[in-house]
Amino acid sequence: MIALLKPDLITVNIDGKEIAVPKGTNAIEAARLVGVDVPYYCYHPKLSVVGNCRMCLIEIGLPAVDPATKTPIMDPATGKQKINWIPRPQIGCATNASPGLHIRTNTAQIKDCREGVMEFLLVNHPLDCPICDQAGECKLQEQSTGYGRGYSRYIEQKNVKPKRTQLGPRVMLDDERCILCSRCIRFCKEVVKDDVLGFIDRGSYSTLTCFPGKALENNYSLNTVDICPVGALTSTDFRFKMRVWFLKQTNSIDTESSVGANTVVWSREGVIYRITPRQNDGVNDTWMADTGRDLFKAVRAPNRLTAAKLDGLDTSLEIALNTAGAILKAAGRTVALVGSGRSSVEEHSLARKLAETLGASTHMVSRSGEGDRMLISGDRNPNVRGALVVGLIKKLPTAKLTALGGAIDAGAVTVVVSLGEDLHAAGLTTAQLAKVKIIYLGTHADATTGAAQVVVPTLTVFEKSGTLVNQQFRLQKFAKCVPGPAGATDDLAVLAKLVVTAGGTATLGDLPGVWTSLATTVAGLAAISYATLPDTGLLLDSTPFASLPFCEGETFHYQPAATTAPTKV
Amino acid sequence: MPAPQQRRIIFKHIDAPGYTNDLACYVRHGGYEILKKAVTLPAATIIDEVKKSGLRGRGGAGFPCGVKWGLVDRKSGKPIYLVVNADESEPGTFKDRYIIHQDPHQLLEGIMIASFANNVKQAYIYIRGEFPHGARILEQAIAEARAANFVGPNILGTSYSCEIFVHRGAGAYICGEETGLIESLEGKRPYPRIKPPYFPAVLGLYQCPTIVNNVETLCHVKHILEMGGETYAKIGTPNNTGTRLLCVSGHVKRPGYYEFAVGEITLGELLNEVCGGPLPGRTFKAVIPGGSSAKILKFGETFTLKNKDGSSRTLTVEEIPMDFDTLAACGTMGGSGGVIVMDDSVNMVEALANINALYAHESCGQCTPCREGSLWMKKITARMVHQQARSEDGALLKSVADQIAGRTICAFGEACSWPTQSFVAKFGDEFKGYAETQKEPKRADALELV
Repeated sequence: MIALLKPDLITVNIDGKEIAVPKGTNAIEAARLVGVDVPYYCYHPKLSVVGNCRMCLIEIGLPAVDPATKTPIMDPATGKQKINWIPRPQIGCATNASPGLHIRTNTAQIKDCREGVMEFLLVNHPLDCPICDQAGECKLQEQSTGYGRGYSRYIEQKNVKPKRTQLGPRVMLDDERCILCSRCIRFCKEVVKDDVLGFIDRGSYSTLTCFPGKALENNYSLNTVDICPVGALTSTDFRFKMRVWFLKQTNSIDTESSVGANTVVWSREGVIYRITPRQNDGVNDTWMADTGRDLFKAVRAPNRLTAAKLDGLDTSLEIALNTAGAILKAAGRTVALVGSGRSSVEEHSLARKLAETLGASTHMVSRSGEGDRMLISGDRNPNVRGALVVGLIKKLPTAKLTALGGAIDAGAVTVVVSLGEDLHAAGLTTAQLAKVKIIYLGTHADATTGAAQVVVPTLTVFEKSGTLVNQQFRLQKFAKCVPGPAGATDDLAVLAKLVVTAGGTATLGDLPGVWTSLATTVAGLAAISYATLPDTGLLLDSTPFASLPFCEGETFHYQPAATTAPTKV
Repeated sequence: MPAPQQRRIIFKHIDAPGYTNDLACYVRHGGYEILKKAVTLPAATIIDEVKKSGLRGRGGAGFPCGVKWGLVDRKSGKPIYLVVNADESEPGTFKDRYIIHQDPHQLLEGIMIASFANNVKQAYIYIRGEFPHGARILEQAIAEARAANFVGPNILGTSYSCEIFVHRGAGAYICGEETGLIESLEGKRPYPRIKPPYFPAVLGLYQCPTIVNNVETLCHVKHILEMGGETYAKIGTPNNTGTRLLCVSGHVKRPGYYEFAVGEITLGELLNEVCGGPLPGRTFKAVIPGGSSAKILKFGETFTLKNKDGSSRTLTVEEIPMDFDTLAACGTMGGSGGVIVMDDSVNMVEALANINALYAHESCGQCTPCREGSLWMKKITARMVHQQARSEDGALLKSVADQIAGRTICAFGEACSWPTQSFVAKFGDEFKGYAETQKEPKRADALELV
């Protein structure tokens, strides 16, 4: 007898293995839990179920019950309740778990079903694999190996369809490869609410296309490339650039806003080729914005800083840091530190230490824009909350550094340390910049580097490891994907050195060292370390900051708390 | 003159001299009297009568109409829709169009009775795009009936209101599939819906409970109410009650549309007596009894069927009574009543190539087996008739068809694979030997011709 374990859990039997799953779990997901693979193409956990690929056909049955007495009918052979199997195979994606549901995936009929669907999908599929970008991560390849017959019986002409249709600025369609699973159509309609894709013609001649006068140009269009199970949709940026099996995958975080979408960075031999989303159901589901996929291009930008500079001339790191230390020591208590909402938690922590050593005032610039109600929030910094958590700042950053400008004008500040912020863009005038000495730690040249006495090149988010705190106060980690350029130094090492040269106590300038310190000095981070932080992040206590008027706006999985929502006047 | 074996109820006035399709003529012949009676009855009584009548749907599946009405979700609080399936697309079937053309008010009366019984406030007639004249006739008839208060607000002085709308399809076979039809009616591509969860009785048109009935089925409702469910059930044979329309096409002397009590006429009587037998000098070879998707019957084959008492009987093709259950027991179906007759002049490979071309053209393309399989089968048979037949093609065709049937979203999978399965099973030799019959030299470009 199958008993109910909990009111919301029901027991199902999959290929003889029993498992308790929440009611309504579909057969594919239930099977996954017991390690049984039910192959599929059109099904996607985050999209509606259409059941059109027919790859997930399974046999289902329910325990037999006498219709008159409602008592179970037992099978004398096994001593268990008899199972009434439905002769016709059913699709797993639309079969929801009900009490006592039995599923068979290993029968001759199901093997034949899968071989049939595989054969059908391949009869009009071009043999593009040697030149197809999807090769290596193609569901057709994987499942024809796993579930196909391995030979072709097809001698007729294959259908001919358009090979290069530009659906939008970033997405290219090869209609011959398309298996008409409709995932991309459903994604645009259901997730982005930008209903631009559809099929035209019918039968095997069906063709994916944009509606007349429309283009697939929303900022989430590249997700269709990610969820395309075959090579029909390819990224115009990535296509024909690199074989995916050569690429190394590194977990990272999208730094374009405080949403902190989880990502995978794909690189080979120190070069990044693409960024794709990584599933985190609490943050970004399986999606990310197109703009976030372009961020790696900054790594090799022409204005990248690759040498330390003293008064505009190249110098060694040591001389630059010693000079900076001397400037800071000489300044007494007239130093201001401009942190950045883009720095990691660890960098914020060392920046605070530096500021405390110098008795410096701390400032930060807010960057904000329109939230898109999806995965780009109003706050375009990935880690303002990290600065709050480690205590670098006490209140929210301002759009312009007006207070700092006033202090400079009043002569109260004579040295400014900028952690990658362009002070000019942040509202300081050329005259104000000329009045102070500037120590700049950053990755790219801008107006401030030209005015700075000391410039120390540091690393981008792709070249170092660390953590960020997103809008949910979720601590998330990113890892080093590629080495930094020669001449650039890890931010933590630079900050640690500055603390010492500025007269502070020696501090460890590496990730484990900073975390040892963080765990003891910041109450909210006790018992956490970079190494043990889960890949999906960890929610920190946000209550100390509940009264701050954050500006994210509505996004996936995050609604601004009622107390912090801007009130209409 | 109707053949003497016929029992005309639905077609009582069809082709009758002087009978026109306007309201006045219909009323002169007793029209809308049953609706007047219906609105005085409790709705449940009408549904009961339909249940008692044993009426089975005439669209193709033969699903009991009363049961279908009984499945409708009446507690959801959502409106209930009636959708009339007038997308008569099955090759070989041409019965509904004659009802629509010659006796549209009979259909409207049936619709209004069914609507009243099921508390339907809006009914849609989904008529196939190739019937523009039929659509105009229906619109005219609805206008007349509305003016006479048989349709529209507060019909016949009661508090019951119901509007009927005519919706023209754009010409696709798949729109005859009830969920595909609903999608099309909603303005979308007619992709049939997955069941579960989208059973029309619960989540139909606009996600509301919906009844989808064939034109002929709804006409029967009127006559059931007229004579009473039990009396109606006495027509025909048990479980195969009432009369049904049969459309005979192909190689007989008198093709046409006929109406018989279900099961009271055998296939042999139909073809030889009613339809006058084969054309001069020819003999019957095969017959498709229920529209092109039904499995073909080969003259000369016999069927051993079990009787209820355990004994068995053997039937020749000519002895098969034209009822739902016997045809199903013989491995085919009554379907939509389209009887397609082929004589000895027909080459079965070429006939199948014709049928396969239709199904490949009409597959909606939503689900894999039917989309790819139907075109593959078409390409095989087309290649065969274009001088490139191989002896193994028959077995390949069967294998492809076997990979479609029972594995698709809708019944189109069966519709497109049953012809191939049955043609190859019954005329396998013809498929195997077809290559040898091809006298012309093989053409190098034959594949491109396909």
